Amino acid sequence: MHELAVAQALVEQVDAVIDQHGATQASLIRVRIGPLAGVVPELLAIAFPLAAAGSRMEHAELDFTHAPINVHCQTCGADTEAAINRLICGACGDWHTQILSGDELLLESVELETAPDVASNA
Amino acid sequence: MCDTCGCNLTPGNKHLAFKPVAKGATAVSVLKGLLAKNDDQAAHNREHFDRRGILAINLMSSPGSGKTALLEATLTAIKDEFTCAVIEGDLETENDAERIRAKGVQAHQIVTGTACHLDAHLVHDALHHMTLDGVDILFIENVGNLVCPASFDLGQHFNVTLLSVTEGDDKPAKYPVMFRAADVMLLTKTDLLAVLDDFDPDKAEAHLRNLANPAPVMRLSARKEMGMDAWLNWLREQHAAQRARVALGQSRRPAIQSDGMKFHRATV
Repeated sequence: MHELAVAQALVEQVDAVIDQHGATQASLIRVRIGPLAGVVPELLAIAFPLAAAGSRMEHAELDFTHAPINVHCQTCGADTEAAINRLICGACGDWHTQILSGDELLLESVELETAPDVASNA
Repeated sequence: MCDTCGCNLTPGNKHLAFKPVAKGATAVSVLKGLLAKNDDQAAHNREHFDRRGILAINLMSSPGSGKTALLEATLTAIKDEFTCAVIEGDLETENDAERIRAKGVQAHQIVTGTACHLDAHLVHDALHHMTLDGVDILFIENVGNLVCPASFDLGQHFNVTLLSVTEGDDKPAKYPVMFRAADVMLLTKTDLLAVLDDFDPDKAEAHLRNLANPAPVMRLSARKEMGMDAWLNWLREQHAAQRARVALGQSRRPAIQSDGMKFHRATV
């Protein structure tokens, strides 16, 4: 599905990070995907090698950080964990809640390799 | 999002920015939305709309729930009040754009081939094939799909999600990402409720509320012209509100996105 489009966007972003830091390649890419982002980590893991083929991250490991769904209740003020299709307050049951986490679609960090003779950079 | 000044760091993700460096490698914190490029393009599209005072509405639903029929009835009803334009997204054929043009309304068809959703770049390309001057309301009819279109900002001001009564009333529970994104939920084809005994509009609304979504729910039949007034009045109100925002130099994003961003910055 659209995970290939997301994988292509990921490759472009990591490519920019590699350029920005004068690195040669990326060895580890860590992304944080909440269940409400509408992107399936397993499918992204399948799409990523296709998008990364021939790039400076084709050998990089793709790592997913778990992002549980947490909601804040505007009625009783409690912060509770929620199910993807039941975003109601776990304490009082009210549906007037706001998402605290669980909708992230984030490139969290990248581990880069630099050529041995190149001075390290921050 | 900003790469240099650290403004994308929040109390909740700050610890991620200072990771220990592994052997020989450099760990770089990015903390950037994976779809940042799409979002930048969407913001650019939104500027196009706001500069011209255009209200942009993204219509999403499963295939066959009546997006094009709703547009046909809507365009006929408001043709003396507003100048409208339509972007149609489909995998193949120019059929929907032709149905809109038959109403005397400017329409551009995006043929996505195999892509299951529109993105901000496709919409931007379409805008360059259209005459936007004088347009009051732009409707973007997304690809019929309850999954992928929800994840891509196009630059619209509102997401309107259709649910036809020939589908299950538990669709919002089955496709939470899509229905959470709805600024309005339209229950369509309600003239068929009389012959269907398994769709409960109240249940559909309850499933929407379980997603913490306060969006108004309107029940209508475009074909039989039932319940259209509430929808048309909503359009009139939102068009006036858009003009008022533009006069103040303000804009609006679909509720889910602005709300989420605001909250993440404040508390996560």
